[in-house]
Amino acid sequence: MTSLILETGTRAVFHTILVFSVFLLFAGHNAPGGGFIGGLVAGAALVLRFVAYGSQDAARTVRARPETVLGAGVFAAAASAIAPWFAGGQLLESRLWALTLPLLGTIKATSVLVFDVGVYFVVVGLVLAVLVTLGGELDS
Amino acid sequence: MNILVALPIAIPVAAAAAALLVHLRLRLQRILSVGAVAGATAAAALLLVHVERSGTAVVSVGGWEPPVGIVLVADLFSALLLLVAMITVLAVLVFALGQLERAVEERYFHPLYLVLTVGVSASFLTGDLFNLFVAFEVMLIASYVLLTLTGRSEQVRPAMTYVVVSLLSSTLFITGIALVYAATGTVNMADLGQRLADVPGALRAGLAALFLVVFGIKAAIFPLFFWLPDSYPTAPAAVTAVFAGLLTKIGVYAIIRTQTVVFGSSDGGADTLILFLAGATMLVGVLGAIAQDDVKRILSFHIVSQIGYMVFGLGLFSVAGLAATTVFIIHHMPVKTSLFLVGGIVEKVTGTGALTRLGGMVHRIPMTAGLFMVPALSLAGLPPFSGFYGKLGLVQAGIQQQRFLVVAVSLLVSVLTLFSMAKIWTGVFWGDVDQPEVAAAPAKPGRTVPRLMTTATVGLVGVTVVIALAAEPLFQLSRRAAADLIQPGGYIEAVLGAAR
Amino acid sequence: MTLVLAGTVAVLYAVGTYLLLQRTLTRIVIGLALLGHGANLLLLLAGGPPGEPPLVGEATSGVVSDPLPQAMALTAIVITFGVLAFLLALAYRSWAVSRNDEVEDDVEDRRVAAGKRASVHDEEVGQ
Repeated sequence: MTSLILETGTRAVFHTILVFSVFLLFAGHNAPGGGFIGGLVAGAALVLRFVAYGSQDAARTVRARPETVLGAGVFAAAASAIAPWFAGGQLLESRLWALTLPLLGTIKATSVLVFDVGVYFVVVGLVLAVLVTLGGELDS
Repeated sequence: MNILVALPIAIPVAAAAAALLVHLRLRLQRILSVGAVAGATAAAALLLVHVERSGTAVVSVGGWEPPVGIVLVADLFSALLLLVAMITVLAVLVFALGQLERAVEERYFHPLYLVLTVGVSASFLTGDLFNLFVAFEVMLIASYVLLTLTGRSEQVRPAMTYVVVSLLSSTLFITGIALVYAATGTVNMADLGQRLADVPGALRAGLAALFLVVFGIKAAIFPLFFWLPDSYPTAPAAVTAVFAGLLTKIGVYAIIRTQTVVFGSSDGGADTLILFLAGATMLVGVLGAIAQDDVKRILSFHIVSQIGYMVFGLGLFSVAGLAATTVFIIHHMPVKTSLFLVGGIVEKVTGTGALTRLGGMVHRIPMTAGLFMVPALSLAGLPPFSGFYGKLGLVQAGIQQQRFLVVAVSLLVSVLTLFSMAKIWTGVFWGDVDQPEVAAAPAKPGRTVPRLMTTATVGLVGVTVVIALAAEPLFQLSRRAAADLIQPGGYIEAVLGAAR
Repeated sequence: MTLVLAGTVAVLYAVGTYLLLQRTLTRIVIGLALLGHGANLLLLLAGGPPGEPPLVGEATSGVVSDPLPQAMALTAIVITFGVLAFLLALAYRSWAVSRNDEVEDDVEDRRVAAGKRASVHDEEVGQ
């Protein structure tokens, strides 16, 4: 089942969706968004590719294997949970840094961002795993 | 020192992630998971020492203070159970390295097993009701996948029952949390212990009953046990062993924790209800076991009957009763697990667990026969094995409170337990080796037992012997733990005091 | 508003329970999904009356909604979602191996009903 319209449309919007998901990931601290939602949006982009081109393509789009993406995500989240203790705080404690950069003005960065990036990867990895394993059977 | 409280959770989480990252290299995964579980066990041991010396340890995660923030709490009761649970987890992991086929092990066994470990330690250590739910789910989700690891058709249907029943109980759990939060505005267990006192009695009793049902399903008490003997025996022996040793016991832990610290006291006839459930659980479990003729199924029904003993001690709502229950749970985890491990060895050697097809194993694997004897007699509660002390404590506590009926039931059930252990013994180990069926039956006859399997089983049986030898100090510790449960003031003070 | 939500919770529980008692696996799964939604909605209801978003510096009137039940509901939704996905995969697998969507009779029950002993049982359970 291939559709020219769907394929072209997917090519047009795929990268836009990915950029939007990264925006949500970074916006997450004080505004709607965050790692989970960003990850879901990125996952939706992958599902779109899956529908348009099949499961092989979705797997090829992300070079790494789903397990690796998942593992990296959990690892980042776990590391960000444990790291504050080594810095002398409590587990999962967060810290806020305010940077003043030229042109961009003041940017607030928190250590929670690492956790969020981890969650982002977990969700993307999970969607990828579902597409590769369950979706693989639908192809044949 | 408070980092110790978090380590039994943090180490397996990090290791599970790392094991996923190296999922193509089995050797590395094995090293990672054994190392992580050993590390968690060491942390649990240190934690017990710490808690024994300086009282309940509390960590407020993220620096947010209770009751607003999330807390991890280790009191004597949870630290004791956590240590025994971690030792059991470690032994089963070593056993699994010897037992599982490579293809099954490669199917993410190690990450899953580590996630299961995370769920187990988090369930023991969490200080609030909602995180108890999360910990349960972490543990259960890992267990669902472990149960269906091979994906064969005879695994799918029982697993379906297991998942549906567990999910239903989780839904009830959320319902309970919602109602508790609506009534009190908190989910922190210590805070709940204080605030529930102001809630009308009928509402409190209703909530307590709801949580009894929720954890009763997880713990497989009468009449909510039906899913257990169906689903457990279908998994690989190592997986069944860890489920049998731990999952239901965590349900019992949750029952004890909520019925004492959270809902407090025995008002409104809760004790009589719980004692009735205990007696019925013991009796139905053991009668079910007698009717079976497959090693794993017999043992699965015995899990149910043994749960009855644990609930019995809780139903007395006295220091003596809860202390005996604590000792009993501590003895039960390694004993039950090692029985399943022996069942796994027998299956590995012969390819079957059906009593009618087995026989004469005492000639083929004499050492395993010996390994079966110790935990089997211990399960039946014969002196001088570990089960005796727990049961003795329970009976004494029961007589003290003049609950003669349930005491009588528990003694009768002990005799029946001995009977069904003898049935396994005669069916599996005695008799003739040269039954035609045994010669024909084995699909994959591995005549020799992998050394890792024997080592793990020997280690775990050794633990049960140590428990029997150290019964007196163990009882003293348990009595202190039980006193803290009956008078939760210390626990509440330790958790909420952390805020000040 | 709260009454409407409470009514929705009641309907979700009722429909979920009804579906859970069916013999078809898909209906059981849908029933569990509905029960889960009901429970999550109840969790949300437990937070009390609605108010402004609980963000520092944004609330003006002083009446803010309770953020904790929302966080708990979100967590519970994710967990229910995950388990349901697994359950669906399992149902699919069950259909793939047996081409059957019905929950079969319990092996044990059938055995007791038939009054047969060990021999039948071995073939079904032992291997």
